[in-house]
Amino acid sequence: MLLVLIASFIGSFGAVFLKLGAERLRYGLRHILSWQAFVGVSLFLISSGFFYRGIKHGELSVLYPMVSLGYVWTLLWSRLFFREPITAPKFLALGLILSGIVLINFGAR
Amino acid sequence: MISSASALPQQQHKPFTRLQSIALVFVCTILGAGAQILMKTGSAQVTHFDVIMILTNPPSLAGYILYGINTLLLMLALRDGELSLLYPVIALTYVWVTMLSVYFFHETMNPWKVAGIAVIMAGVTVLGRAGTK
Repeated sequence: MLLVLIASFIGSFGAVFLKLGAERLRYGLRHILSWQAFVGVSLFLISSGFFYRGIKHGELSVLYPMVSLGYVWTLLWSRLFFREPITAPKFLALGLILSGIVLINFGAR
Repeated sequence: MISSASALPQQQHKPFTRLQSIALVFVCTILGAGAQILMKTGSAQVTHFDVIMILTNPPSLAGYILYGINTLLLMLALRDGELSLLYPVIALTYVWVTMLSVYFFHETMNPWKVAGIAVIMAGVTVLGRAGTK
């Protein structure tokens, strides 16, 4: 459970670095290779490593939806690092998406 | 909407609109789902983690290539759009994987999955209509 939680946390930082790398694309597509993009992709890979280790010994139906907690962290980091507003629609959408993932997973048992 | 992505901007670019960025992420989720199906197909053939074995296994290799393209497109979408708006759209991948698994792996569809798919799609629709910026 802790491993999956860590995975979602690391993955959310992957998204932050990917966004940083993506913003460099404003200066041209040749900036696709940046250290930010590299860190972002690496964090995603590390995150999936933690995830697969985490689900090895746990109840998949509980652990699998937990990865989607990464969306919640990402919402927080977007506010914190990129000053994006947290609006009611974003909040509502996130709630719907998380519920949907839990439902699908419930059906997959 | 999606066709504008093929007109890749050079030094100075016209920023993508919110819907264009969302459309790009939408394409990403289809590619990502395809990648997951390929990886799953490949993992049945790749018995243990061996780089050579994975790279010479056509479904696995194709899956990794799709993931690569997926990441590049996602970065293009994130260039102009808000992370908090675009990132949750990736959850659509769950929808496609659930549908494709019925077709490719003969997994069963049931009311829970249908409800989940509908609720995720509703969530993404809310994001599509959320006119911030």
